[in-house]
Amino acid sequence: MIDFQTSPDRYRHWKLSFDGAVATLAMDVDPAGGLMGGYELKLNSYDLSVDIELADAVQRLRFEHPEVRTVVLRSAKENVFCAGANIRMLAGASHGHKVNFCKFTNETRLAIEDASENSGQRYLAAISGSAAGGGYELAVTADYVMLIDDRRSGVSLPELPLLAVLPGTGGLTRLTDKRKVRRDLADVFCTTEEGVRGKRAVQWRLVDEVVPPSSWEAKVAERARDLAAKSDRDGQRGVALTPLQRQFSDDGVTYPHVQVAIDRAGRQANVTIQGPAELPADLRGIHDAGSSFWPLAMARELDDALLHLRLNEPAVGLIVFRTSGDPAQVLAADSLLEQYQSDWLVREIRLLLKRVMKRVDMTARSLIALIEPSSCFAGTLAELVFAADRSVMFAGTGAGDNRGPATLHLSALNFSAYPMGNGLSRLANRFYGEPDSLIASAERIGDTLSAEDAEALGLVTFAYDETDWDDEVRLILEERASFSPDALTGLEANLRFAGPETMETRIFGRLTAWQNWIFLRPNAVGEAGSLKRYGSGVRPDFNPERV
Amino acid sequence: MSDGAAMGIGQIDYDGLIPNNVGLAEDQRVRKALETWHPGYIDWWKSMGPEGFQGSSVYLRTAVGVGAEGWAKFGFVRMPEYRWGILLAPKVEGRTIPFGAHKGQPAWQDVPGEYRAMLRRLLVIQGDTEPASVEQQRHLGATAPSLYDMRNLFQVNVEEGRHLWAMVYLLQKYFGRDGREEAEELLRRRSGDQDSPRMLGAFNERTPDWLSFFMFTFFTDRDGKMQLAALAQSGFDPLSRTCRFMLTEEAHHMFVGETGVARVIQRTAEAMNEAGIDDPYDIERIRRLGVIDLPTIQKKANLHFSLTLDLFGNEISTNAANAFNAGLKGRYREDKLTDDHQLTASTYPVLRLRDGAIIKDEVPALSALNMRLRDDYVEDTMLGIGRWNRVLERAGIDFRMTLPHVAFNRRIGEFSAVHTDTAGAVLSAEAWIRQQMAMLPSDDDNQFIASLMQPSWQPGRYAGWIAPPRHGIDNMPGDFEYVRIEN
Ligand SMILES: [Fe+2]
Ligand SMILES: [Fe+2]
Repeated sequence: MIDFQTSPDRYRHWKLSFDGAVATLAMDVDPAGGLMGGYELKLNSYDLSVDIELADAVQRLRFEHPEVRTVVLRSAKENVFCAGANIRMLAGASHGHKVNFCKFTNETRLAIEDASENSGQRYLAAISGSAAGGGYELAVTADYVMLIDDRRSGVSLPELPLLAVLPGTGGLTRLTDKRKVRRDLADVFCTTEEGVRGKRAVQWRLVDEVVPPSSWEAKVAERARDLAAKSDRDGQRGVALTPLQRQFSDDGVTYPHVQVAIDRAGRQANVTIQGPAELPADLRGIHDAGSSFWPLAMARELDDALLHLRLNEPAVGLIVFRTSGDPAQVLAADSLLEQYQSDWLVREIRLLLKRVMKRVDMTARSLIALIEPSSCFAGTLAELVFAADRSVMFAGTGAGDNRGPATLHLSALNFSAYPMGNGLSRLANRFYGEPDSLIASAERIGDTLSAEDAEALGLVTFAYDETDWDDEVRLILEERASFSPDALTGLEANLRFAGPETMETRIFGRLTAWQNWIFLRPNAVGEAGSLKRYGSGVRPDFNPERV
Repeated sequence: MSDGAAMGIGQIDYDGLIPNNVGLAEDQRVRKALETWHPGYIDWWKSMGPEGFQGSSVYLRTAVGVGAEGWAKFGFVRMPEYRWGILLAPKVEGRTIPFGAHKGQPAWQDVPGEYRAMLRRLLVIQGDTEPASVEQQRHLGATAPSLYDMRNLFQVNVEEGRHLWAMVYLLQKYFGRDGREEAEELLRRRSGDQDSPRMLGAFNERTPDWLSFFMFTFFTDRDGKMQLAALAQSGFDPLSRTCRFMLTEEAHHMFVGETGVARVIQRTAEAMNEAGIDDPYDIERIRRLGVIDLPTIQKKANLHFSLTLDLFGNEISTNAANAFNAGLKGRYREDKLTDDHQLTASTYPVLRLRDGAIIKDEVPALSALNMRLRDDYVEDTMLGIGRWNRVLERAGIDFRMTLPHVAFNRRIGEFSAVHTDTAGAVLSAEAWIRQQMAMLPSDDDNQFIASLMQPSWQPGRYAGWIAPPRHGIDNMPGDFEYVRIEN
């Protein structure tokens, strides 16, 4: 089983160090520390195990180190910054693993960019040695990219000439959208195996600055301080991200607030989220509660559960979201998040929730939300309804059921706090063609909405009463399970994101469409393909037909 | 002259600015590029070449033909006026690519597009070593133990300069604008410079004294020989021809190193015998004789051998496999080997580190080409060590020079992760610190050697720590003035 939980004392590949407002995250990959056997992680090449630690470090820097305003990304190895994803790992991994690995890698990179943009924790990449492929992709997640000019170190995206695949984990898109490299120069860059070094790298905007070795360390320190000075981050005491309490069983995993029950016959995972039992009264209480504050605890658990399902339960095609608890409490949690949003910790929690919800959007499983009596789809938790491919709400009350009717509640957070990758709130995305519906929903913030209300407002797909509920729900789930998983993945990825493209949607879209296509083609993975032949010295045989 | 090489023996055109046998007179584009590069080269030579002797007349050999018979002509020349040129070994008609995926096809006369980047990298790495050693050795003239040795140093230096020319010619002729830029870069990097060092580690180390120089030419120039021998097999014919000619010059560099160290050993042995010292480890007494004790010579050999092994790169190498399969870089004496010359189905034993132990592993032969070249190198080096030991044998001294284990003192490859002793036994970090001084030159050793480095510039006179050579250069008499020192 692949476990996404780790902590700095267990890192094998990264070294974290702190100097006031500047933290250094140094890559020092243990060649023998790979997730699977059969390959060595030489030259700071990475597999998922390296990325899991990176994601953990990035997360901890945000929560545990409010004093850190600049993170310097660098290599602890001589002559190499990072050689990118390990080729032998890619050659040996299943297609599903590769796709999920790339997706997670990219989510982590977006989290780095999110920290720079929204947390006042700015990343600085200090490249000494070569940054190739994923190594360069990683470097350009930083706000500011420095390259040592020792006439040897350089940056490159050698995937195409070297491996016949793409710098697909955001490399190409960041080149054009973030670095704004001219397209023809980008073409040259991506077809030149050895890449670019020195002044040309600056001229082409591949890096921001080159510095000779004699002034390298001083310059890196200076730039780190400059970045720190521009930050609005002001916390004092961090919040420890304590280990998640989890219990795995054959049929799922249980956390304090999230329960995953797998129905293997139905190839479905039933994910139930518990609303908050008690909440702190004020900001001080939030800080004291730390990682046990419900929104933070729930977000971390849901995040872990999603990753677990993605990597360890590939046969589960359907995720059914349910909630249980008091909607008023969820709304109370939301008001705390709203009231204290300028506090650094509350800001981090909101941003984490945003990222977890994005992780839901990016999960290639059918998502169904069932809004039943005694559920608490309110505010933040209602995001799951809007993230789902279908949502079904129980209308009225069941005979002999004293729980009262199912409800749905909106909070201000549904309209502002959790934008999707395309920059729209899930509601704005949902009502892309009906601006009036968005306004009508906004007018009902805080109201208790019945199934009829929710259906009329367009907030749920269908409302069924007791007579139809069981059958209709069963039919939806069974029908879903009968479709082609590939076609569903494609359909859902298309329909979930309406309207505008952003760098983020472009990265995921292109990763899915092009890189994954190439990863399936004989030119890459066939017996005579580039990945199989890599390292053998024998050139791949390409089928010359353009598709 | 059309193509002198086509006539079977190389005719050299000395009419233009740049002596050559490649028809430069008719090749406007390349001639212009080389003439543009030339002043920068002369500037580099004057600022980074032998320090203090640019105005001296040196008895140097200059190539006058690339055929087997008599290609060298000796005469006095001031080094900045040396006739550096572009000399290729004669073209072999009908030559085919000797190995790799394209084996049997006609050798390439132009760079195949798909291998352009790989070839350029090979040339740049080789080319970078040539000026590097000149830079490393530039201070040595001042402490030359004789005019004979000084002349040999300068001969090596001008030939390394010519090797740079050879690589620059290929870059400028076949690699367009990139090639010209790389040619300029070759003049900009500096050995040991923090901001723009030479590309390979051993070429950024200092060559502080003459024993280091001899060791360098013995060990490190021999790596050059192995690399050139592998490139001389190339399916890219201009590279093959260039390297074949360079090899004839490289042989002299190794002669300088091998005989240099042999003469140091001989002098030490003689001094010990004269003083009646049997114990080679009686270091204090031996040093008082003004000669270098044998254990210190061994330590210097340990150092230079291990630094040079790093130049062969990682034992398992994709780049080496690619270059072989592409037909660009062969094995040592590929033409004498009798296998399929493709290696797609064979394996080769490689020493590897597994859980802290050194073991032998059979790996696909294509990926093990660096290892194989290194093995050939070690074998070639052993022959020279044997000749050093014959000096000791003849002198009746109970000491034999040896090569340390290939895992000793490595910074690149499998063994960079461990410390070992010279026999290859893995050492803990503390044991390494304790034993290092007995295996590698200490500051003390280096200071002692430095103290001996006093110039001896009288014709026919030699510093007390080195024996005279058996023969003069070009059969000149013992008191011949090889360098007319003028400043
Ligand atoms: Fe040379
Ligand atoms: Fe040489």
